[in-house]
Amino acid sequence: MKRKWIAATAMAVTAGLLTACSGGSGDTPKNEKVTLTYANWSEDQSPAMKQIAAEFEKANPNITIKVQTLPWPEYWSTLQVGAAGGTAPDAFWMLADHFREYAKGGQLLDLTDTIKSNQIDMNVYPKPVSDSYTYEGKVFALPKDFDTNGLWYNKALFDAAGVKYPDDTWTWQNVQEAAKKLTDPKKGVFGIAAPIDAQGGFYNTILQAGGSIINPEGTASDFASPAGIAGLKFWTDLQAAGESPTLKQLSDTEAVSMFENQKVAMYTSGAYWALRFYKNPDLKDKVDVAPLPQGVKRATVTSGIGNAGYAGSKHPEELKKFLAFLGGTKAAEIQAATGTVLPAYQGTQKPWLDSMPEFHLQVFIDAIDYSVPLPVAGNASEWQGLAPQFLSPAWDGKKPVEQAAKEYQDAVDQVLAKQ
Amino acid sequence: MTTVATKPVRRPTGRRTGVSKPNGWWGLAFIAPATIGLIALYVWPFLSTLMKSFQDVPAFGPATFVGLDNYTALIGDGDFWKAFRNSALYTVIILLGIPLAVVLAALIEQVGRGRAVYRVLFFLPVVTLPVAIGMVWRFIYNGDFGLLNYVLSWFGIDGQFWVADPRFTIYAFGVVGIWMGLGINLIILGAGLQAIPKALYEASSLDGAGRVRQFFHITVPLLSPSIFFVTILSVIAALQMFDLLFIMLRGVNNTALTDSKTIVYLFYEKAFVQFDQGYGAAIAIVLLMVIMIATAVQFRLQRSWVFYG
Repeated sequence: MKRKWIAATAMAVTAGLLTACSGGSGDTPKNEKVTLTYANWSEDQSPAMKQIAAEFEKANPNITIKVQTLPWPEYWSTLQVGAAGGTAPDAFWMLADHFREYAKGGQLLDLTDTIKSNQIDMNVYPKPVSDSYTYEGKVFALPKDFDTNGLWYNKALFDAAGVKYPDDTWTWQNVQEAAKKLTDPKKGVFGIAAPIDAQGGFYNTILQAGGSIINPEGTASDFASPAGIAGLKFWTDLQAAGESPTLKQLSDTEAVSMFENQKVAMYTSGAYWALRFYKNPDLKDKVDVAPLPQGVKRATVTSGIGNAGYAGSKHPEELKKFLAFLGGTKAAEIQAATGTVLPAYQGTQKPWLDSMPEFHLQVFIDAIDYSVPLPVAGNASEWQGLAPQFLSPAWDGKKPVEQAAKEYQDAVDQVLAKQ
Repeated sequence: MTTVATKPVRRPTGRRTGVSKPNGWWGLAFIAPATIGLIALYVWPFLSTLMKSFQDVPAFGPATFVGLDNYTALIGDGDFWKAFRNSALYTVIILLGIPLAVVLAALIEQVGRGRAVYRVLFFLPVVTLPVAIGMVWRFIYNGDFGLLNYVLSWFGIDGQFWVADPRFTIYAFGVVGIWMGLGINLIILGAGLQAIPKALYEASSLDGAGRVRQFFHITVPLLSPSIFFVTILSVIAALQMFDLLFIMLRGVNNTALTDSKTIVYLFYEKAFVQFDQGYGAAIAIVLLMVIMIATAVQFRLQRSWVFYG
């Protein structure tokens, strides 16, 4: 008798296991309680995201938003597996370099109609950013924030070396001269950080030299052109002169940490460090930012996070409502006021500027005028990953820049040709 | 499995072996949870990986059959062979840690009181988050401010960029890997040591054998089944090394990563960063074969050195 009872339990458990996976959810009638998940990869920004979610819930009491923060290294693999398996979050952050794969694969909710019905004016967003979330004429994500690049510098180190602070008149030559004067091997101080950094580094200098990174058709790269080589040489020259920590040093201690530890006086990078520098009591009074120096012309790449929705969401109508809210002024203002990031919505950036008045953050907003979208043609994650492999020899001085640039260009073109 | 249940096999001899009808059902019901788990979590993923390895699988959308294309591409891929060499080198280094574990296990066994303290100390890395371990070792290995180079400087040795210079990364990871694996190995070997009859040591010391002699002539031979087991586990774990690389080199823009990738890292990169799941699956299948061959070779070799009493 006892044996039968145990067996029956085992059967029941088995049956439970078998049916557990098949529980689906049908259509939701209007005004029924609905829960949407909203995924991001930033602990720093999570509080602001929760605040935005709470604000949305206030206006839409039947919808609950669950904010999920995944660690950056896992974000994309989790999202991809989730999307392919039908379990992706409803709303999530998107980046321009991953966007094409998702849009092409039909994984993103088409927002074109939502934009029309909510009368969202796409002109309020920086055009390079909103363009990067358009695929075959359809909009799949609304820009959340944007970043351009500036020249972060350490005033204390400039004072110590008796160098004038950078301003909007600075050219490459000014940076080179300042880097030389600021470098002090005895103190372990370097003039500038010159890592192999695409977005904060050599993309900008290639554009400033009058070059392009990928041609408009997205079929070929331009690294071995005279402008491409000049843009790369800007950094390798600084390396060769010993005015930057070596690649090995920058591998062990990231450029931004070097800057924070006051071991480098200049660091070209995005607006997204502002809050981190501002919150660091050692840096708050010592750091400021100037526009990137000019080469042949002024230029910076720009990109921004987009808020996208999952095409397989069970509650598309509520999701569209939420995404429209995320693209609106309220969400932008919350981001700006908390100093989190530079919101994409035009005219909402003032609270962000005011939240850190000691920094000249306006340079990041002014930079929109001369910004160029981050190139994302083809399988961007694949060819972007090639930079360290092909450019390290040039940075280390083991290969002429021209040769490294040519090999790099060939490798990137090979990936682009696969499309 | 249902065929077994409905058609019990009767041997020609007429002896009732195997499952008879009424008991067979119950037996299957009992193992069903485990079987279903096994099929859902291991067999099915394996089959789907095997299938994908013959397909071109885009990030989303339908896959197309490409035959052996992924495998031929793999053979011609310099990155794969580099990763293969790195994994092999790492595995060899991890194997060097096993004699160390045997000696340590024997030493801990000698400790009378406080043996548990040592066990806990060596076991701590096993229960520590790999992320935390990665952070600590990054600090130890840092070329400019690292603890290791600081200690080396006392002896007038110029330190290196241990995890930023591709010439050293695999060795640096090997040391961390040995340290991380020590806890588990010591537990297994410690259990094996306790099964060795104390009388053997007493008898041999009456015959005049010293500690060292006892170690090589009693401990090692009688512990060899445990050592063999530890070796099998270590080789499998070493060939699957991924987490250290991921934590210590990725996400920090480390230029040494290019030359330090292991097989599993390459798999991750192809399948999850570059969205090439078919190619990734082929790497996974090749790795599975490598592990199977390595394990089979070890089982063959054990005949000459493992002593089962």
